[in-house]
Amino acid sequence: MDFSVILSDALRSGIGPIAAVYALAAMGLNLHFGYTGLLNFGQVGFMLVGGYGLAITVSTYDGPMWLGVLAGVACAIVLALLLGLPTLRLRADYLAITTIAAGETLRLFYRSSWAEPVTGGVFGLQRFAKDFYDLSPIERGTYGVWLVRFSSRDLWVMIVGWSLVVVAAVLLALLIHSPWGRVIRSVREDEVAARSLGKNVYAYKMQSLVLGGVIGAVAGMLQAIQVQSVNPDNFDPGVTFFLYTLLVLGGAGRILGPVVGSILFWFVLSFLDSALRQAIDAEYISPDLISTSEVGAVRFALVGVALILLVAFRPQGILGSRKEMLLSDR
Amino acid sequence: MTADTGGSSGPGAHAGTGTGRLSGVVPEPGVRKPDPLLVLDQVTRAFGGLVAVRVEHLEMQRGVITALIGPNGAGKTTLFNVVSGFDRADGGRWSFDGQPLTGSPAHRVARRGLVRTFQLTRTIARLTVMENMLLAAPGQRGERVLPALLRPLWRGQEREFERRADELLDRFRLGPLRDDHAGTLSGGQRKLLELARALMARPVMIMLDEPMAGVNPALTQSLLGHITQLRDEGLTVCFVEHDMDVVMGISDWVAVMADGHLVAEGPPHTIGRNAAVVDAYLGKRHDEPEATGEEEKE
Repeated sequence: MDFSVILSDALRSGIGPIAAVYALAAMGLNLHFGYTGLLNFGQVGFMLVGGYGLAITVSTYDGPMWLGVLAGVACAIVLALLLGLPTLRLRADYLAITTIAAGETLRLFYRSSWAEPVTGGVFGLQRFAKDFYDLSPIERGTYGVWLVRFSSRDLWVMIVGWSLVVVAAVLLALLIHSPWGRVIRSVREDEVAARSLGKNVYAYKMQSLVLGGVIGAVAGMLQAIQVQSVNPDNFDPGVTFFLYTLLVLGGAGRILGPVVGSILFWFVLSFLDSALRQAIDAEYISPDLISTSEVGAVRFALVGVALILLVAFRPQGILGSRKEMLLSDR
Repeated sequence: MTADTGGSSGPGAHAGTGTGRLSGVVPEPGVRKPDPLLVLDQVTRAFGGLVAVRVEHLEMQRGVITALIGPNGAGKTTLFNVVSGFDRADGGRWSFDGQPLTGSPAHRVARRGLVRTFQLTRTIARLTVMENMLLAAPGQRGERVLPALLRPLWRGQEREFERRADELLDRFRLGPLRDDHAGTLSGGQRKLLELARALMARPVMIMLDEPMAGVNPALTQSLLGHITQLRDEGLTVCFVEHDMDVVMGISDWVAVMADGHLVAEGPPHTIGRNAAVVDAYLGKRHDEPEATGEEEKE
């Protein structure tokens, strides 16, 4: 077993472009769930309309990239309004049901043969990321230290991705520590109290849904650019559940919770993946027990065990405050 | 503002100021008053076949303490909920300060200056005492998304609100707790905080739903002192209460509901002698003692 390989695999994944994408998407979800108390189980839907907004504009209609970005953001706003208008006046559970259904509906709609001329159907869309990589000032080659190395393309996505994470974190921190954030948190805690004090709770929930959805859409664009293709099946409901996993891991209702959660989630996942493979290769684990092809599933099972332990022993997540969590209304 | 806990100026000490304004008003249900702030007309609310509220006409005089009493299920809380925008009415009109208020949603009612509290206190546990207070301040520039990002736009206003909140907290003896989470407060302190928070919203009138429920006798005295003092400062108060000593002690006017109807009105000392009230309310108490706490749906 080569520990330097295991560790470098884990590190590469923990700071890599996909960790940035998930951190960003989870920051949007954190605004919904962590701060406003909106149970959005369809964050992947926002990522989907963001990614496709960009891909369709550039690939199908030969538009410029900036227009694609605007289209993705506009789609996220429309989706948030469509989801929010009928459900935000109802109890929290209805939003959960609607959003999970909307995410799946969108995925099936974008992959349908009816939509194929525009969305590429099951084949998805490619060749829309050139403008993005052309902007890169980085020379071709690989960069990094020790065994943790990235291609110039990945490095460019990482620089942009983590910069977006920083920008989103600063904006969210400013918002949450403003009177607006105070109202948002009061909506999470006690909607009735907020209404009795003159706050238009419905409008605040809608603003939160739109803002968090737009952040999710930007994450979706970044993911599309990173894999240089959009395919409906990259946007299955599992993505939302990973986002919840890393949000709970890092600490919901903390600005840096999703960031810490995403880095750690991908670090641990790759660590387990690499360690299991090495252990099987070195025959520490009998191939009869776990074969190399089963590693992908086993590592998720282990992540599940870790999450159960976390919720049992540190339900507030890594950055959360247990004292605050245990406060009750009466 | 002085830090008055009500110890010296007990219930009834100022009762004259409010009652004076209503001298000469005939004690009968639906009577017109010289300067009504809240006026209800034909307000009805039914849950399926059960008519919870059917109030023909009710006026609440400005600057006095009006008690709304009645047996369990009389429709008091439902009427509160309808007027404060937390429930819809099936019919009727109501106006506040001369302007129609019919069907206004809760947040608009509060912005008009009619602020309510709840039977079960609704302080926000994971916000600090100060944040609870600041939340209630009206007209905050920083409550809109874009200005919220630019601290200089609202920082000055926020400091003003903090000064005012500190004054109110001192008045209710919550000053030392300003930076604690509201969830760490005792039940009585939460009652005080909820009242202080309601005042932070700069109300013209406050509606208190059973302010004394589950409160120890010492704190009851203190709350009564606060309420009468607020009335003396010009605030209009309406409260639902089951404790007759409280009602007789501080109210200037009493409105009695039974089975959704307004059955009697009058100064507190006349209410006990009113036949309709004895029938509807006091008579019933002998064979079925009042259970406090769980009454009408919120």
